[in-house]
Amino acid sequence: MTGWRWFWRLASFVVGVGFIYGWQMIADAKLISPVFLPGPDRAWAALLRGFHSGILEPKLVGTVQRMIIGWLLASLLGIALGTMIGVSPRARKIFGPTLEFLRPLPSSAIIPLAIALFGLSEGMVLGVIGFGALWPMLLSTVHGFGAVEPRLYEVSRALGMSKLSVIWKIALPSSMPDILAGMRLGLTVSLILAVVGEMLTGRDGLGNWILLAARSFRAPDLYAGVILLGLLGYVSAQALAWVESRLLRWRAVAR
Amino acid sequence: MKGARWQGLVFPLGLLLLGEAAFAWSHIQSDSIAAPSAALLAGYDALTDGSMLQATGDTMFAAIAGLSIGGGVGLLLGLVLGTAPVLDRLMEFTIEAVRPIPSVALIPVALLVYGFGYRMEIAVVTFSSTWPVLIMTRSAIAGIEPRLIEVARALRFNFAQRVWKIVLPAALPRIFVGFRLAAGVALIVAVTCEISANPIGLGYGMMMAEQSLHPDLMLAFLVWIGVVGWCWNWTMITAQKRLFGPAALVEPAR
Repeated sequence: MTGWRWFWRLASFVVGVGFIYGWQMIADAKLISPVFLPGPDRAWAALLRGFHSGILEPKLVGTVQRMIIGWLLASLLGIALGTMIGVSPRARKIFGPTLEFLRPLPSSAIIPLAIALFGLSEGMVLGVIGFGALWPMLLSTVHGFGAVEPRLYEVSRALGMSKLSVIWKIALPSSMPDILAGMRLGLTVSLILAVVGEMLTGRDGLGNWILLAARSFRAPDLYAGVILLGLLGYVSAQALAWVESRLLRWRAVAR
Repeated sequence: MKGARWQGLVFPLGLLLLGEAAFAWSHIQSDSIAAPSAALLAGYDALTDGSMLQATGDTMFAAIAGLSIGGGVGLLLGLVLGTAPVLDRLMEFTIEAVRPIPSVALIPVALLVYGFGYRMEIAVVTFSSTWPVLIMTRSAIAGIEPRLIEVARALRFNFAQRVWKIVLPAALPRIFVGFRLAAGVALIVAVTCEISANPIGLGYGMMMAEQSLHPDLMLAFLVWIGVVGWCWNWTMITAQKRLFGPAALVEPAR
């Protein structure tokens, strides 16, 4: 069985390589102007050049830092606020409609407001990431708290547990799957907002780099940056999925 | 029920009153923030002179056009990959490699290729709204009751009949969930495009209001974008309920 899985992995990898080869052919034949579409060889060379000359590394680090700090900020705030709202039905009634209204609001729409308030600073980018990535976690925490098995609450009442230990020992662990799903979504949002924030503020990072590359028609650099951002998205999602599968192992066993 | 509604209004109204009172008492003069009443007036002016509606039209046009193309591509690819497992496995690596590219990273690419305007925005929206439809279509087809496929075989349906009479109707409710998610993404990406590069639509209007030191108009745009987003979301959810009823009450795969 595992042999077949490896075979299919390999086959799909070969197909992927085939697509890249096709891209190379199209670029070589100049079917699309090389101003818009450089071949993968030139994009790869630009990527290597960027790292060798030491330009790209601080930009990558800057973007990763912004994404992770903003995400952690959002996670902390989102889970804390979600807990406060989720634990009391009255708070859910008071804040619920406001949250429902704010949820479909594109989080990038608060960037102009944030610029007006905080200027083009590092704190503004982090604030925007923190605010934008907060929603998935906040909503999933509230949802997770609402979906806790009612009998668990009955047990806690029978045991005379305090409110704090009910949250810590019952509500938080049993809404863990929801919270983690929200955190995964939040990580994607963080990367997007980090890139947008860099584009708008000119802070040193990949977002700013690819925008400048596009404006000065340095297409290979642009594609190198896009590839790097795709890689960043992939690695961060995989890392979180790994953490999730470890944290939720008890759940699989319980079933 | 009426009590619950009333309680929901307490928080936003309280916040607005607090903001208004703070402005009234402090006599603050600011180029970066405005009182709620000023924002309301600016919003009323912008709505009545048509500039805001024009911007809304631009944004919605780009979002809907991108959503239609992206949704169509996603549906087609999802159908193909869902009905041909061999192809699905072969494409796995390619899809997993392209999907994590953040949609905003494509804004500079689209800018380079198309310059400013609708086309650039539509291209980015298309890319980002393809994925939810593709993923949901594929998983919806994988989740079809196997007996239905057996029935199709017993009736000697050919491929087209199988897709049209069995697969699509059975998978449609979940496909629509994917479409609804894509619709939300489309509006978000359209506004993001306008804020970061493209000089049309609501996002640009908001950016301009900020840069020309009109915080009242900027806040009005922010609230208006919220209203538009909420209405768009509501339309999709209502359409889903009307069209599919309880069949559509499946949670999207996370």
